[in-house]
Amino acid sequence: MKSAVIVFPGINRERDMARALSLVSGREPEMVWHAATALPAGIDLVVLPGGFSYGDYLRCGAIAARAPIMDAVRAHAGKGALVLGICNGFQILCEAGLLPGVLMRNTRLKFICKEVHLRVERSDTPFTRGYNAGDVVRMPVAHGEGNYIADEATIARLEGEGRVLFRYVAPDGSLDPEFNFNGATHAMAGIVNEGGNVMGLMPHPENHVDPAIGPTDGRGLFAGLMEHGSRAA
Amino acid sequence: MIPNEPQITPALVAEHGLTPDEYERFRALIGRAPSFTELGIVSAMWNEHCSYKSSKVHLRRLPTEAPWVIQGPGENAGVIDIGDGLACVFKMESHNHPTFIEPYQGAATGVGGILRDVFTMGARPIACLNFLRFGSPEHPKTRRLVAGVVAGIGGYGNSFGVPTVGGSVGFHSRYDGNILVNAMAVGIAEKDKIFYAKATGVGRPVVYLGSKTGRDGIHGATMASAEFGEDSEEKRPTVQVGDPFSEKLLLEACLEIMREGCVIAIQDMGAAGLTCSAVEMGAKGDLGVSLDLDRVPTREEAMTAYEMMLSESQERMLMVLRPEKEKEAEAIFRKWGLDFAVVGETTRAKRFVVRHRGDVMADLPIKELGDEAPVYERKFAEPKKRPPLDPASVPCPVPLFAALEQLVGSPDLCSKRWVWEQYDHLILGNTVQRPGGDAAVVRVGEGPKALALTTDVTPRYCEADPFEGGKQAVAEAWRNLTAVGARPLAVTDNLNFGNPERPEIMGEFVHCVRGIAEACKALDFPVVSGNVSLYNETNGRAILPTPTIGGVGLIDDLALTATLAFKAKGEAILLVGETRGMLGQSAFLATVLNREDGAPPPVDLASEKRNGDFVRSLIAGGLTTAVHDLSDGGLLVAIAEMAIASGIGASLEAAPGFPAHAFWFGEDQARYLLTAAPVDFPKIEARAAEVGVQLRHLGITGGDRLTLAGETPILVSSLQARHESWLPDYMGGAA
Repeated sequence: MKSAVIVFPGINRERDMARALSLVSGREPEMVWHAATALPAGIDLVVLPGGFSYGDYLRCGAIAARAPIMDAVRAHAGKGALVLGICNGFQILCEAGLLPGVLMRNTRLKFICKEVHLRVERSDTPFTRGYNAGDVVRMPVAHGEGNYIADEATIARLEGEGRVLFRYVAPDGSLDPEFNFNGATHAMAGIVNEGGNVMGLMPHPENHVDPAIGPTDGRGLFAGLMEHGSRAA
Repeated sequence: MIPNEPQITPALVAEHGLTPDEYERFRALIGRAPSFTELGIVSAMWNEHCSYKSSKVHLRRLPTEAPWVIQGPGENAGVIDIGDGLACVFKMESHNHPTFIEPYQGAATGVGGILRDVFTMGARPIACLNFLRFGSPEHPKTRRLVAGVVAGIGGYGNSFGVPTVGGSVGFHSRYDGNILVNAMAVGIAEKDKIFYAKATGVGRPVVYLGSKTGRDGIHGATMASAEFGEDSEEKRPTVQVGDPFSEKLLLEACLEIMREGCVIAIQDMGAAGLTCSAVEMGAKGDLGVSLDLDRVPTREEAMTAYEMMLSESQERMLMVLRPEKEKEAEAIFRKWGLDFAVVGETTRAKRFVVRHRGDVMADLPIKELGDEAPVYERKFAEPKKRPPLDPASVPCPVPLFAALEQLVGSPDLCSKRWVWEQYDHLILGNTVQRPGGDAAVVRVGEGPKALALTTDVTPRYCEADPFEGGKQAVAEAWRNLTAVGARPLAVTDNLNFGNPERPEIMGEFVHCVRGIAEACKALDFPVVSGNVSLYNETNGRAILPTPTIGGVGLIDDLALTATLAFKAKGEAILLVGETRGMLGQSAFLATVLNREDGAPPPVDLASEKRNGDFVRSLIAGGLTTAVHDLSDGGLLVAIAEMAIASGIGASLEAAPGFPAHAFWFGEDQARYLLTAAPVDFPKIEARAAEVGVQLRHLGITGGDRLTLAGETPILVSSLQARHESWLPDYMGGAA
């Protein structure tokens, strides 16, 4: 499986992402500059990594969503190919119209970096096939704007169509407002588009892949994507 | 010179922070009256912050050499060899004055400045730490300052993309009018690719890189070289504004042009911006520099030469480039969307010449601007010795466990989670030990090596006995590194004091430095970089003497490190080191009895070394399951911290022959707590006897509470609640 990591100015978890992809897939991703107008040939997975693209000075992800490379990312998604946006990448996907809704300031108005528990809502997607539905996994978050919000109809569709893949939960897997630390609607941490091929996720699976550093629950996401890729190939 | 410039009057000289003597010295040096721009330049070069005029003669005492030191003090940051062709580049710097005036931007630009110091040398930053001191929690400004500083540090570091992995937060009424923000940055570079400020070659282009110049921060360094009065809030315009996005771009662009071999010399524009950076590059290389200010990228209109020379706009660099690589370097900077302008050249004549709109605005001898800065042997008073406190004379008005609850929930000893959860401490994916332990541990590259990092000082010890306090700060940093299994390698120091023109303050400074020097020598722990911040004083009231020590240690294999949490039940709890029950200046005394008296615990450096080397060898031998340094609050607080971190309790053995509270809360130095599997205890005991280290069996881990004869057992969960709640509850009241 060939992946590409898009590098916007101000993105800062692109190295973490490249390292995780290399570690799990054994293959280095292509790093693609935001000013490029095409993706390298043969890319299966496009990743929009975390960070502060353009300093997040306007609205998180708003400027990056209009970068030259985004037309190619849109075309890639339009073909049904895989796009993964983590943290700022999720915000960019929302601003680019590839995912519905928006990520607002955390309800407690502060940037928060900590490990959280996520419940995997279904395992029959390319992004979650490395897990079982109902698994509770640990991943770190590091954001100030992760409070997912959309209009009622959109939330109803996301829920009705099973497009919520990860939710913030208590360690035992139960929904608990205390653990929905950023106030996201229905504790949504990760959602997919209608086609199921574009996912936005606020937490950072790429920082939980290496046993020398800590928990490795993030591996499942990448391993699942690789497995999906090899099946599809 | 320009006719319509302000006349140089004694009042104008005084406004620039120069004494009449200093002005005369400068006049004599250049043989004429200076222009307004020149007065600005010399005020920037000769203020305390840039010239170290009060501290220089004393700093020479500090040991700065060791076989592993590549670059000691005098460059942007210190550099040490960590093997495998790699070097660790690090420094700590204060941003105290600006942060008090404008907490968010002051703290943010403090982080930005120290990061630039590190990547200017060719290193990619891998970690930041912050040592913070605030006024009393009851002071009306404290909450707002804590909120602003923490948000500013997070706002800059998180966006720039460096993990903030450690530090220290404390409160004391002596910081009511002058808070401390000491930011430390650590980077990794290839050992043979370190970049320096020294320019070489005549006629080489001097290039301005990064953000545009504005009117922010003018006289920032001068402001930081004076004490505060009632008008400190009015100094807000001297505080710079940070832009972490530009800094991130600057980092990537600088590392890229360094990789491409474009750079001869590089200096970041920090304090006194263009002035300091240009003078330093020229003076270090025995060259002159001529600048043409018409080429400086500006973001405000009609800036004068004076303003441009003194602006402290952030995220800017000055470089001397290889002429043949100029186009290549420019293309890289343009790619990153940054300004690139050739603003001058190196010259044979050792003059610093500044031109603007066709006029020569300054023409000064470049070497003398730095070398001839005044150096003062300021008068200093011998600090008064305080008598040691007899433990028997100190009452314990409450049960031990009640005192323990008070201590773990006190502002200084409570959990600082509320702070470090606002810092991205996990980015880059190398954070092995997160904030909350004795030292942070950060993996180097793909491992197995790792760096241990800490910042320490106990200001109330320094006030009671500056010499012992200085020693203790170093010993504590050394111990914290040892407690995670690291070999302590080197130190960066950040010396925060009041007004050096007062002999008693100068006495604190001199004796703290002597203590630091003695400890650094004894522990083979040289000082490779640092910063002095004086005039931390408001209306004649100085801060506690606070010589912060930033320590760096090396771990050869990150699989062989220690953490402080208990690991399992049924393990032996062992105390390394001698306990005499030193309660003078202890946290117990301050928190439970509301007293700050007596002498601080003395530091025996031979015991420090022996006990530390012993503990490190146990960790390397895999004989320990948990290790914790003993410091504020003594034994019982350390045990509680190990229990809280694990959720596992302990049953403790009473200490005969001691006033119990002196045994459990005394702050004797050179001590560690560790746990070990019961089968390993005899082995550890034998080793301790072999090397002459005192070892004492203190109890056994297990259960969900702490128990001790004569005390009502206390649940670990209730200690944890006390430990975690103070700061969020306090900040919950923030507007």
